[in-house]
Amino acid sequence: MSEHIVSPKIYVLVFMALIIFTGLTYGIALINLGPFNAIVAITIAMIKTLLVILFFMHVKYSPKMTKVTVVSGFFFLLILVALSLTDYISRPWAGYYGGGSAKPANNK
Amino acid sequence: MSDSQTAVHVLKHHFRDMEQQNETSSFGMWVFLVTEIMFFGGLFCAYLIYRILYFDSFAAASSTIDVKWGAINTVVLICSSLTMALAVHAAQLGKRKVLVGFLIATIMLGGVFLGIKAKEYHDKFVEHHVPGPSFHFEVEPEMAEKFHAIDPAKTEIFFSLYFLMTGLHATHMVIGFGLLTWLVIAGSKGKYSPIYYSPVEMVGLYWHFVDIVWIWLFPLLYLISRHH
Repeated sequence: MSEHIVSPKIYVLVFMALIIFTGLTYGIALINLGPFNAIVAITIAMIKTLLVILFFMHVKYSPKMTKVTVVSGFFFLLILVALSLTDYISRPWAGYYGGGSAKPANNK
Repeated sequence: MSDSQTAVHVLKHHFRDMEQQNETSSFGMWVFLVTEIMFFGGLFCAYLIYRILYFDSFAAASSTIDVKWGAINTVVLICSSLTMALAVHAAQLGKRKVLVGFLIATIMLGGVFLGIKAKEYHDKFVEHHVPGPSFHFEVEPEMAEKFHAIDPAKTEIFFSLYFLMTGLHATHMVIGFGLLTWLVIAGSKGKYSPIYYSPVEMVGLYWHFVDIVWIWLFPLLYLISRHH
């Protein structure tokens, strides 16, 4: 490959995008969107992560082996979070339903 | 100058050529970073589970953190990622002075980040929001009105996770300082050239990873519980 050299112009553009997204996520957090506050914040964090990985960490220009490694890492993270949460939120006796502070619907 | 360095000196005998050697080191670094993703991932997962379970307490505890400092620190860390990326670029072109300059800028920005973090930790100590015998969470009336079921004992879990996650992140930054200092010393001695600059590139990957962790800590700890 003899290392693809990324132009500093791209770095600066990515940097500017990251700063804009940071301002955006900060501004949106001040507005009440109900449950969408969390969704928007997480979506923006995902976009920022993607920008850093693809450009700053050169994964866009890396061999397939590296790409597969990166994707597998996040895939296993997804399994960790999704399966753990599926387990916990499907246990009524753990307090997710009907008891305590768990369910926002109680507050109606 | 370092440009006189030839591939013969830097190519380890078990690699076919520099290309293979470089790809191998970045592959190895990524395997390490995948273990780091799972390392931090466990904490993020614990945080999500507790946040769903003790939602009101977590939202109330999170709303006591000053978002301003978190936002400033996010910008500082993104700037340090840019200087790190430009340091790698300078190394690729064999510009020794530019490389050392950007590495020092990265260290300084990291220092600013940790300074602000120390200020935030100090505030937490003053407010008795540090988990332990002196932990105390005052539920103010307006807070009690907004979040219905606040349990101070549960807010302590929030702060335990807050200190664990930001503390582990800060530890990674301190390790990063060590690595960057090593690069500054080796870089100013002219150890790196357009043929061989793997250490700069690998430390760069590490530094950007630490940035990504903060990109997630900021919304999860500071932002998403502002309104409910």
